[in-house]
Amino acid sequence: MSRNPYVREVPRTTWYMRNNRYIRYMLREVSCVFIGLYAASLTVGLVRLAQGDNEWTHYLNGISSPTGILFSLLAFGFACYHSITWFNVTPRAMRIPKGDGFVPGPAIVSAHYIIWAVVSLVFLLMMGVL
Amino acid sequence: MAKSNKPIVWGLFAAGGTVCAFVIPVMILITGVLLPLGLFGPPEASYESMTRIVSNPVVKIVLFGILFLALWHAAHRLRITVHDFGIRNDQLVARAVYGFAGLFSLIALVTLLSF
Repeated sequence: MSRNPYVREVPRTTWYMRNNRYIRYMLREVSCVFIGLYAASLTVGLVRLAQGDNEWTHYLNGISSPTGILFSLLAFGFACYHSITWFNVTPRAMRIPKGDGFVPGPAIVSAHYIIWAVVSLVFLLMMGVL
Repeated sequence: MAKSNKPIVWGLFAAGGTVCAFVIPVMILITGVLLPLGLFGPPEASYESMTRIVSNPVVKIVLFGILFLALWHAAHRLRITVHDFGIRNDQLVARAVYGFAGLFSLIALVTLLSF
């Protein structure tokens, strides 16, 4: 007769709290909530802009409230965390052949950071901020 | 081999993740911090300038692409993450998150076309 298999108890909703690595993993995954909510809020902004002057002012008041600013700052932090974690694993997603080997990982990661900086500058320049 | 829609779902997730990584931080900075701080002037002035910007056909296409991919990326990642938080009703979760992404993508498309 076989014994009952050993099943380690894992709390279903709080398992990641045991370990900093798991917490960082969950923070990375949760970045999608902020990115999704931001995309939705920007879409609402477009709708308000299309509706007219008055509605646009209401929208501006909303995003200028302390809650609005706090959300934007939090979303900014999570979005940056998404970018960093995304770029840091790019060497594992793309293997670029070069000569007898491959382009070294750090070069691929650096290239992504440079493009990130250039894209951000272009956006700021096009909006007339810089 | 059984047909699967996984390559499309994950392909869009990867494309969205890459696009978001490049553009979302600076977009939040512009529309979520600098705009409310009044860098584009009072509401009447920003109304004029923003309307002019989104009336540009290239901006419309790029903005729709970014919004669609960001919404899709977020929806797919949330579907997987919700599982990690212990919610196991995947069918319901999938309908909710993809429905949200689809609805807002459609609103963005219709609104951008109206400018």
